[in-house]
Order: sequence, then C-alpha cells, then structure tokens
Amino acid sequence: MVPTSWYLILAAALFCLGMVGVLVRRNALVVFMCIELMLNAANLTFVAFARERGDINGHLSAFFIIAVAAAEASVGLAIVISLFRSRGTVNIEEVHSMKN
Amino acid sequence: MSGVSPEQVLFAVFALAIMVSSAGVIFARNAIASAMSLVACFFFLAGVYVLLWAHTVAALQVLVYAGAIMVLFLFVIMLLTTSSDGPSMSFSVSRVAGSAAIVAMFGALTSVFVKLPAPSYGWTRDADAVATFGTIAKVGEVLYTRWLFPFEAVSLLLLVAILGAVVVAKARV
Repeated sequence: MVPTSWYLILAAALFCLGMVGVLVRRNALVVFMCIELMLNAANLTFVAFARERGDINGHLSAFFIIAVAAAEASVGLAIVISLFRSRGTVNIEEVHSMKN
Repeated sequence: MSGVSPEQVLFAVFALAIMVSSAGVIFARNAIASAMSLVACFFFLAGVYVLLWAHTVAALQVLVYAGAIMVLFLFVIMLLTTSSDGPSMSFSVSRVAGSAAIVAMFGALTSVFVKLPAPSYGWTRDADAVATFGTIAKVGEVLYTRWLFPFEAVSLLLLVAILGAVVVAKARV
C-alpha cells in the first residue's frame, strides 16, 4: 500500500503550485483555476486520511468541498464577467478597486 | 514484499501527471491551454482518488469538476476575448519572495509528512468495512443521515450562488 505521507506530499505540492499560480499570474481566470487546484489539494488530503482511518466522513468532506467550489466558481466567474464589462480587461494588475 | 506494487507504479504515474498538468495550468500563456491542463489534472486526480478507494469522490470529481465547472470556465474564457499581448505573469520582487516562501512552506510540510508514523490500517482487517468503503451506497447512507443538514444547507448555498451569479453578471438595464 502506498503510505499516506506520499499522498500528503502530493497534496502539499499541488497546493503550493496553486499558490504560486495565484501569486504570479495576471489573468483573473487563471488565478481562479489555481484556486481550484488548491481546493483539490485539500480534497486529496481529506480522502487520504479517510483511507488511513477507515473513516467515510473524509469522503463527505470532499463532497462538500466540491459543492462549495462549484458555488465559488459560479459567483467568481460572474464577478470576472462584470469586471470585464466595466473595465474591458481581466488583468488583475490593472484593476485597483471594485468601484465602478 | 519486495519489488514495486502496481499501486506504487500507478501512484507514481498519476503523481507525475498531476505535477506536469498543474504546472501547465500556471505556465501556459493561453487561458484555454491552462483550462485544458486543469481538466487533465482533474482526471489524474480522479485516478488518485480511485487508488485511495474513494470511487464515489472520483466519479464526482469527473462529473462536477471536469464536467460542470470547467465547462463554465471555458464558456467564460470564450466570452471574454482577452488579448494575449503583454506578459502573462508578473515577477516583481514581492511575488518572487512570496514564491520562495511557498517553496519553503512545501519543504517544511514535506519534512513533517515524511516523519508521520506508518499507519497500521487496522480497520482493513474487517473485510466487510473494506468491501463497502467509498462505495456510493455507503457514502449515500452517511450523507442522508449524519450529514443531512449540511447537505440541505449546500443546496441552499448553490441556489443563492446561482441567483448571485445571475444578478452580478447580467447586463445593466
């Protein structure tokens, strides 16, 4: 059996890659995708510990994270669309306030 | 047991593929290429979930993430015809320092994780528990008993999110 720590290291690497993406990318859509990567790293941690402990509740936590990620993506992409309407750009360097 | 087990081989393949595709998300210049890399990453993650005996979560991952959320992303990318001129990344001093801090955080996390005691997996001696672990029947049973209230709350959350998305994204009238 692959030890849980390998899965945890994979999740940590995924989380850190997503975090680097949030820092260095300028396109708001790609920043959102990197946030999805970080959410998936959290999911992987939950599922890895669920198997180690034989506890099905970890799977339920992953299920709820997926649902919340869907809600987050829909609202976030709506904000990006309205940002694009008012500014004509999705470059986060050029957006300094949420005011119109 | 000597040698390499199939699970270890599959884990190595999936882990490498996840790293490559998530790096593709960050370093692709084109937003569509990033989205496609992310879809690939979600599929490989579903493979890792199957390795972890989480078949239901793997199916949900493909259905909800690779299916629904990424289609939404692709729609929005195609809606917003963004010009791809100019650098796609910014490497100011603060961001490079932040990235170095993140690499340090990864090193710290890894150094902790390798010291974790090997799990005993005592629960796997119960053959019945292993047979039902992660199946949709077991997950559904727990979801509709212990997690019933959070489940209903999430349905309300999704409804509010849909309404909020429509209100925020609709054109001014």
